[in-house]
Amino acid sequence: MHNFSLNIKHIGLFALLGLPLLAMAETPEEKGLAIAIEADKRDTGWQDQTASLEMVLRNRHGQESKRNIRTKTLEVDGDGDKSLSIFDSPRDIKGTAFLSYTHALVPDEQWLYLPALKRVKRISSNNKSGPFMGSEFSYEDLSSQEVEKYSYKYLRTEEIDGREAFVIERKPAYKYSGYTRLTTWMDTEMYQPLKIEFYDRKKALLKTLTYSGYQQYEGQFWRPTNMSVVNHLTKKSTDLHWKDYRFKTGLTSRDFDRNSLKRAR
Amino acid sequence: MFTRASLSILSAALFCIPAFSDAGEWSGYVSGEFRAFANSPTDARQHDNNISFSAQPEYYTDWDNGRQSITVVPFVRWDENDSERSHADIRELTWLKAADSWELRAGIRKVFWGVTESQHLVDIINQTDLVEATDGEEKLGQPMVNLALISDWGTVDLFVLPGFRERTFPGEKGRLRSSPRVDTSQAIYESDDEEQHIDYAARWTHYLGDWDIGLSYFNGTSRDPRFALGQDNKGQPALIPIYDLIEQWGFDLQATLGDWLWKFEVINRSGQVDRSGQDKSYTALTAGFEYTFIGIADSNADLGVISEVLYDERGDDALTPFADDILLASRLTLNDEQSTEFLLGMIFDSDDAARLLTLESSRRFGENWKITLEGQAFIDIPNVNTELLVGVRRDSYLQLEIARYF
Repeated sequence: MHNFSLNIKHIGLFALLGLPLLAMAETPEEKGLAIAIEADKRDTGWQDQTASLEMVLRNRHGQESKRNIRTKTLEVDGDGDKSLSIFDSPRDIKGTAFLSYTHALVPDEQWLYLPALKRVKRISSNNKSGPFMGSEFSYEDLSSQEVEKYSYKYLRTEEIDGREAFVIERKPAYKYSGYTRLTTWMDTEMYQPLKIEFYDRKKALLKTLTYSGYQQYEGQFWRPTNMSVVNHLTKKSTDLHWKDYRFKTGLTSRDFDRNSLKRAR
Repeated sequence: MFTRASLSILSAALFCIPAFSDAGEWSGYVSGEFRAFANSPTDARQHDNNISFSAQPEYYTDWDNGRQSITVVPFVRWDENDSERSHADIRELTWLKAADSWELRAGIRKVFWGVTESQHLVDIINQTDLVEATDGEEKLGQPMVNLALISDWGTVDLFVLPGFRERTFPGEKGRLRSSPRVDTSQAIYESDDEEQHIDYAARWTHYLGDWDIGLSYFNGTSRDPRFALGQDNKGQPALIPIYDLIEQWGFDLQATLGDWLWKFEVINRSGQVDRSGQDKSYTALTAGFEYTFIGIADSNADLGVISEVLYDERGDDALTPFADDILLASRLTLNDEQSTEFLLGMIFDSDDAARLLTLESSRRFGENWKITLEGQAFIDIPNVNTELLVGVRRDSYLQLEIARYF
């Protein structure tokens, strides 16, 4: 029984749309879920996406190492996306390609192509919490965000770095998740995350991820230019710099099969 | 080295390079290697410690929206002591055309089939470049035309393989060889076409949920030679490789169930004459698992435990030393910025005390350097002529390799 502050005009609008008045009495859980559903809805319809990214790994002494990766992603209705990542550097793993069919609640299906051996290896994907390429990002952090992956609780609305954000607590539904909860600052206009705090299995704050440089593509889809994650335990950090986002390039599921993995460049 | 048929595939591939393609890209590596042996050699002509250098550049260009490409990968090695190990090869020279429901590849290529770690029974397209690596993991480029047909029920790969590649063997001064050495200049073929014989192969692969399946067929010259005792041009005893015509069916399966990988490979081969001189069809298999402990001791490191059974129906008459053996291995992956990895494995012979210990480890330095430490130890190998590993019983070694990638 929270939203009594809604004015008559709003109630009139809900009535007009035929929505049950109960919507007004939504619990924090319902409101959190509603925001997640809205965010998902707004980011639906991009069909496919390609992008390149530079990953900068920094250890506690500030020493850097870099990786260059190209990604292709296919939007899949009613399931997690399919993605193909191709590594350009470090040079010793150049041509290594990673194919993933992501799912919300069951393990992903993952294959790795090792160019030196010409070998496609199906790999175990139970564990999505392991580090991606030695970085502070886990596979879980970088895979597609499906609504069913979490339970939600709306906490408050507050300003962060000059933008208004819903603060939502998420609890992973996936039993092998590396986290117990995530606090997410979701931009109220873009419906995209601005900041996420990750709490580990011991319920301690493990890392903080911040997003910046959002740009809108195709008049609809917001994508960040930079993602930066800091691990509070190890003091290591990883920055992702995204560029060359392209949408609706005409990719099909054929570009995400095991044959395409072998010729990914 | 290459046959006429394969040369025509090559030139056809070269003609497919469009005149105005974008400049392609170069990558590859140069590497230096030092091998130290634990014991003096069995044969006084063989060397002790050894230095070697190799390079493998790669050129790639594509056009037609990435649907067509050319890949060229030459390889060259110089070895301090072994003239047979100093060699060059074209690992790859392939034209590729990919369409929605098929992919066509023509040229020289490497292909890998199978799932197991200890040995690769099903993998038959490429000849082993034995001077490169004693574990048989390095392969020579194979001329081929390969059509892949892609549908909802999997991929069917059809191969025409013109031109046979002989297995490489260490020379007189080389270590890790049989005694007497193999004289490759006198190879004998069952086929009258000798190395010009055209081989055929087919493979179907598919995956159903957690199961990855492969079924394969090969008809042609066996990649595995048997040997006859003869003499080299100096009148010294030598083993003469004999290549039979064979037919082989193969089946491989991997189940990826949580942190378990269950692996199985089986072949049935006919036409291959065994060590007792009999031409009997036989079955061989590898079966086992890899289980991974994720994030051991609250770290990012994963520890894998691998075990496989290696079985060959021919027993002591098999051409491989792994007729009834067990592999126990452990893989440690640190998941750090330098991609540090260790693999330590031991193959036990169930008949006697013979053991083969293998170490593989690697770590990246900076952005472009990689250091690899490898080794093999041959333990309690019986000093009898019937033992296939008798020639290498004193050849346990440790090898340090430093590679610069570009």
